[in-house]
Amino acid sequence: MAKRGERQPLLTAPAALPGTPGLRVAESTVSGRVLVTRRQRGRALISFGRTLVGSKKALAGAAILFVMVVVATIPGVIAPYSPSAEVFLPGLGPSGAHLLGTTSYGQDIFSQLVWGTRVSLVIAVVAGLISTFLSVIIGVSAAYLGGVLDGILSLLTDSFLVIPAFPLVVVIAAYSNGGGTPIIIAVLVVTGWSFGARQLRAQGLSLRNRDFLAAAQLRGERRIRIIVFEMLPSMTSLIVANFLGAAVYSVLTAAGLEFIGLGNVNTESWGTMLYWAQNNQALTAGIPLWALAPGLAIALLGGAFALLNYAFDEVSNPALRPITSRATRRRGTRRRRAS
Amino acid sequence: MRYLLRRLGFFVATLWVALTINFVLPRLMPGNPAEAMMARFHGKLSGQALSAMEVAFGVKTHSSLLAQYFSYLGDSFMGRWGTSITFFPSSVRSVVEGALPWTLGLVGVTTIIAFVIGTMIGIVGAWHRGGWFDSILPPVFIILSAFPYFFIGMLAILAFAIKVHLLPQGGGMTNGVTPSLSWSFVGDILSHSVLPGVTIVITSIGGWILTMRNNMITTLSEEHVRMARAKGLPSWRIMLDYAGRNAVLPNLTGFGMALGFVVSGAILVEYVFSYPGVGYTLLQAVLNEDYPLMQVLFLLITVAVLVAVLIVDIITLVLDPRTRGT
Repeated sequence: MAKRGERQPLLTAPAALPGTPGLRVAESTVSGRVLVTRRQRGRALISFGRTLVGSKKALAGAAILFVMVVVATIPGVIAPYSPSAEVFLPGLGPSGAHLLGTTSYGQDIFSQLVWGTRVSLVIAVVAGLISTFLSVIIGVSAAYLGGVLDGILSLLTDSFLVIPAFPLVVVIAAYSNGGGTPIIIAVLVVTGWSFGARQLRAQGLSLRNRDFLAAAQLRGERRIRIIVFEMLPSMTSLIVANFLGAAVYSVLTAAGLEFIGLGNVNTESWGTMLYWAQNNQALTAGIPLWALAPGLAIALLGGAFALLNYAFDEVSNPALRPITSRATRRRGTRRRRAS
Repeated sequence: MRYLLRRLGFFVATLWVALTINFVLPRLMPGNPAEAMMARFHGKLSGQALSAMEVAFGVKTHSSLLAQYFSYLGDSFMGRWGTSITFFPSSVRSVVEGALPWTLGLVGVTTIIAFVIGTMIGIVGAWHRGGWFDSILPPVFIILSAFPYFFIGMLAILAFAIKVHLLPQGGGMTNGVTPSLSWSFVGDILSHSVLPGVTIVITSIGGWILTMRNNMITTLSEEHVRMARAKGLPSWRIMLDYAGRNAVLPNLTGFGMALGFVVSGAILVEYVFSYPGVGYTLLQAVLNEDYPLMQVLFLLITVAVLVAVLIVDIITLVLDPRTRGT
């Protein structure tokens, strides 16, 4: 959608010419431009959505995510047993009664997997949303405000970008001593916002001198309104991409933390399952599914976000789109002609 | 020159942020974790070392917070890092020195391998864009990079160490073997590093492929590539010399930074394989509430990244004339 921002000045080029006399002229072209922008925005959104739906990668990612959301909403309906009840024979293999067998404590692995979806998904989405929100605020205001404030915010962003995230996550989690899910989310946000903030600042800087922002200033809009209603909509694709990236990061990092035992080891989540499986040597004890099932689920969730992100990249950057057979043929002939 | 000064300023500022995080965190947390640790530690240590640690963590000290802060900064720079609790009575310094070579060897080598292979796949994929190579390898590795490191590690252990007794399950070397410069010892070290190494390569290759492929696609549409085609050069030369060489430039920065991150290691991979490197030691320190060791390892990891970034900046200064102007 960066494309859309690029197209705007072209369409309304006359207004952008230097030496446009008087404010009155500027105002009239401004209102004209707003119309063009809106119509264009609508059209761009439609084609954008169409490409996204047409992409197999996006479809696969969305399908996985949808299934997980359903499972996370109604785990009680899907899971046959309680996830924590230690009432079965320990170490049973997969069977009709226990789809994935039982743990060495006699819990049903499938039920644990189903119930674990909720916490894992919530951590991914909430941490992803908050860190994206933080990136947007810091990145965009640094770009828009400029000057000393930009200097300070950028320095902070770059510092956090360079400080190794996972060791920091581990250290913070260690000091906070098993604070559970809220602490994990906080840690993920603290270490996860900087990458997005930097990207959004760069994008914001490139937008800063665009005509439609100058026009908004001429209309006498307030700064906050310009940022929220003029700048942010033109950065939607980057913001969404950022959210997807932050979600992948959160899924993997949270799972890693819980796996080491730095989360609350009594919550029902995939990372915690892995922790208990590892602690009871599930792999050597002949219950590999105890470790493999949650690991695969984490990989699927991370993979779903990654697939969406990959597809999104192609949609917002047309140069990366896969070549259709027609285009290949055309390019082929051109190359043949050239050589 | 101004560029270099600015980067040096960034180096100092970030180092300060990391040092301060290290100082503030134990004082910020509820329930004073440091005090609990000190209580456990009390009988073991002589007076002087104990009081040094009390200053470092702000326990039972009457000096002001500011004075504590400065003596902490001084101790960090002078290498007065204290004693490890996990590996008592070893000093933190000797523990760090013992762990560092393992990580540098394992993660350093695998980072280079992943970069080289990923870059080549990216180049070839973009060159034959849409072909069978491009539609199989890049997507597979990009999905694999979304897998948790430790999960791939566990799969590898299950497949090659438990089902088939081909390679050792973990550790850096066989217990009880004395280090020597013999083939059998080198072989022992290598066989222990195969599974963790392959795990790291498989999961980190995707990122390099993605960025390299994107750079390459952009570069391929440039005029000098068309020019090379017009000259009738063999296609492998266009691919490597004309397009690949230019496309790899932006990735070199990332590679430099990745080398800095080598010290922090692949923490979880080292954990799964019980590989005695920096990451594994950090987790040991965390699980045993060994805060002195933890602080030093975190600082060490950060400094390594910062130095790498500074070196990359200097190389950029040499390679890219545009940065020299201002």
